[in-house]
Amino acid sequence: MLIRRWCWVLGMFLGLVFSAIAFAETHEFKLDNGLRIIVQEDHRSPVVVAQVWYRAGSLDEVNGKTGVAHVLEHMMFKGTKKIKAGQFSRLIAAAGGRENAFTSNDNTTYFQQLEKSQLPLSLKLEADRMANLLLTEEEFSKEIKVVMEERRWRTEDKPQSKVNEQFQSTIYHVHPYARPVIGWMNDLENMTVVDAREWYNNWYAPNNAILVVVGDVNAQEVLKLAKQYFDSIKSRVLPERKPQVEPEQKGERRVVVKAQAKLPYVLMGYHVPALNDAEKDWEPYALEILAGVLDGNASARLNQSLVRKSQIAVDVSAGYSMISRGRQATFELDGTPSEGKTAAELEAALLQEIEKIKQSGVTEEELQRVKAQVIAADVYQRDSMFYQAMQIGQLETSGFPWKILKDYPARLAAVTSEQVQMAAKKYLTRDNLTVATLDPQPIDPNDKTPKGKPHVH
Amino acid sequence: MCTKYFFKNLLVAASLLIGLQAQAAVNIQHWQTSTGAEVYFVENHDLPIIDISTSFAAGSARDEKAKAGLAGIARHLMGLGAAGLSDEDISKRIADVGAVIGGELDADRAGFKLRTLSSAREREQALDTYIRILQQPDFPAEVLEREKARIVANLREAATQPESISSKVFMKALYGNHSYALEGSVEPETVAAIKREDLKKFYSTYYGAKNAVVALMGDVSREDAAKIAERLTSSLPDAPKANALPVVTYPTQAYEQRIPHPASQSHILLGYPGMKRGDADYFPLYVGNYILGGGGFVSRLTEEVREKRGLVYSVYSYFVPMAELGPFQIGLQTKTEQAEDALKLVRETLDKFMSGGVTEAELTAAKQNIIGGFPLRLDSNSEILDYISMIGFYRLPLTYLDDFNKQVSKVTTAQIKDAFNRRIDTRKLVTVIVGGDQISGDK
Repeated sequence: MLIRRWCWVLGMFLGLVFSAIAFAETHEFKLDNGLRIIVQEDHRSPVVVAQVWYRAGSLDEVNGKTGVAHVLEHMMFKGTKKIKAGQFSRLIAAAGGRENAFTSNDNTTYFQQLEKSQLPLSLKLEADRMANLLLTEEEFSKEIKVVMEERRWRTEDKPQSKVNEQFQSTIYHVHPYARPVIGWMNDLENMTVVDAREWYNNWYAPNNAILVVVGDVNAQEVLKLAKQYFDSIKSRVLPERKPQVEPEQKGERRVVVKAQAKLPYVLMGYHVPALNDAEKDWEPYALEILAGVLDGNASARLNQSLVRKSQIAVDVSAGYSMISRGRQATFELDGTPSEGKTAAELEAALLQEIEKIKQSGVTEEELQRVKAQVIAADVYQRDSMFYQAMQIGQLETSGFPWKILKDYPARLAAVTSEQVQMAAKKYLTRDNLTVATLDPQPIDPNDKTPKGKPHVH
Repeated sequence: MCTKYFFKNLLVAASLLIGLQAQAAVNIQHWQTSTGAEVYFVENHDLPIIDISTSFAAGSARDEKAKAGLAGIARHLMGLGAAGLSDEDISKRIADVGAVIGGELDADRAGFKLRTLSSAREREQALDTYIRILQQPDFPAEVLEREKARIVANLREAATQPESISSKVFMKALYGNHSYALEGSVEPETVAAIKREDLKKFYSTYYGAKNAVVALMGDVSREDAAKIAERLTSSLPDAPKANALPVVTYPTQAYEQRIPHPASQSHILLGYPGMKRGDADYFPLYVGNYILGGGGFVSRLTEEVREKRGLVYSVYSYFVPMAELGPFQIGLQTKTEQAEDALKLVRETLDKFMSGGVTEAELTAAKQNIIGGFPLRLDSNSEILDYISMIGFYRLPLTYLDDFNKQVSKVTTAQIKDAFNRRIDTRKLVTVIVGGDQISGDK
């Protein structure tokens, strides 16, 4: 868990199996200005979590201005006409609250967790910054430096993060998922407050947002409060969103990243379908099961075979996330070779595991195991209000009704071994494969050459 | 599954646990098993879940230097072979019923957690497996060799990454010859030296019932909880209670270590031996630290270093209260070219805090946050489990949660200034800087 305003890449949702929640107490509303409100009553503790989700993420950025969604997220704490810079956080803190925000490919989300009687403060402040953000040159010039430090910490100095960044921009050539959420350093260096303002004006409108509230609240009272604070904000005409489709990949792609590290690392992936029609699609559910069979628990195939048995790897994982606003998804495998083993050997071993699935499918025992875990996860996650709100917000901003959560366990339970095999055969092919590897470089403590290109400012 | 991290002290988790208060009282029941293990139980039937945590005074402070890593490997290996079940058998039995087994290790504690559905079949299979892990670990030799190789690989990787380098060097510099330094002393050679016999001996020395604290939370009756606790602890090794850890001695002079690294950012840590669990100065230090660097966006360090000047993404300070004096630590990462400026600013901010103390307005805001946010600390079974486990392990009073807000509300600005100045000698801080191209050396 990150400690400050952060950005999440889509991949961080890998492995989070989304699942059903308590439905009886979930209510939906829509204000005249287009703001949608979803309230889930959960009376276990006298607390509430409020999240405002904007349908604006790196998916909506353009070349030369990458990272602006995330920069704006930082700027949302930097003052409005009424609330001066930094005051937002102070007011929430004084109410005993926790707050933060995160940006992903698909969304920007702001949240507060509070004792339940403090919900009005949260909604009041969120409504204010939805409409009245100041965006001054002075605050921007400081905050953009913070974001560059964030990029250094998150990506520049982390070899595996660099591999992931290069992987994304290799597996996607056309689709905006090719670009990092945090933005390219060059774009951050050249970003101005005008870019941030343009982003805010384009996307921060009630008709592009969803308010999700989970906690010990009454839905009608939440609606009343939401009306009180958000009703006066005018809806806006949103910029046209052009369809963006990644052309079919025809031939393997490879990229190598050199960075100071000891062990190599390999990250590989295939283009696979994202969920599109929650009623009719079956392939995404089959792929979800496949991810579980490969990496759903410590005895799953990858760990059992490559870490425990052949010991070719010290770590391996597999992942797939079907929910994506951009309607693009990848099925990914990654791992760190054991000492003395190469990235190429691990890659071959991972591909061999995929071949086994294509040839023989998965066993009934494996299917049942994954399904048992899904059912249990469905119960466990009710222990976290925050996570429940996350699921609702992510689905809704991606264009799916939260109600599809209800059928999720049943749809996974319906997946057969043949379907898993069919999906693997269809998509996990050599021509549809992208491989990124880390070529570890030794650290020379006497190296006095300048790091990176000189910065001219 | 978490091998990569299992040596890491749970500093972050612990820092989140530092403060809590009570108004929504948690009804903690407490008893001893027939073998002398302490049991802490909170009954709650809202969700069909049972959470169990079993902790032993078997953390990294029980390591010996030449075999640093032993405590961590012993804990880790217990889950990879027990009562004739292989690692694969264990994983399957747990996954088949949708249960989750987790573990943690810090300098004081080795912990094992189980989360399971409360329905009979699931619960029984999960418990049976969990109990075998606790009571009949096999420490299979071939698994030990495999895991040692993985750990060594991860250590070598970590030795290239500035964040890992800095925290390891920091713990060694801060604690010197004290056993709290041992978690920073794990090296490929010390891991290589660990033999199966060492694990068995470590287990039989430190995993006795008298060293165990069982915490249970959730959908189970008191009667069943008592039966579970008995089963968990009935055939643990017959071992005496572990000795108290040695007292931490304070540094006699300032210490600064610089380690060159080609990364774009320098990683900077400053610290001093901080406080204990149940420390007489706990509340002034805790509330004061919220103002200094614990209160996220509203702390002085964040305001000065990040908000006003944009020098960092993250700067923080925290105390990790432990059985003996756990660390007081300040940390930040910043572009190497401005590392000196940032470090200077952090020192100035700390000095001003020490000499000038905090304002009444700051204290009020801190209390509002800590007291007002109390319900958030206890809004899930998993959080309550962690609290009762901590209360049990450190033998804090059962009223700890109920009294917390009262204690926080009593703290005064004078107490904060006094406690910080008595406890933290800023002329003798340990400073570790990883980054830049300076030749390594102590000053």
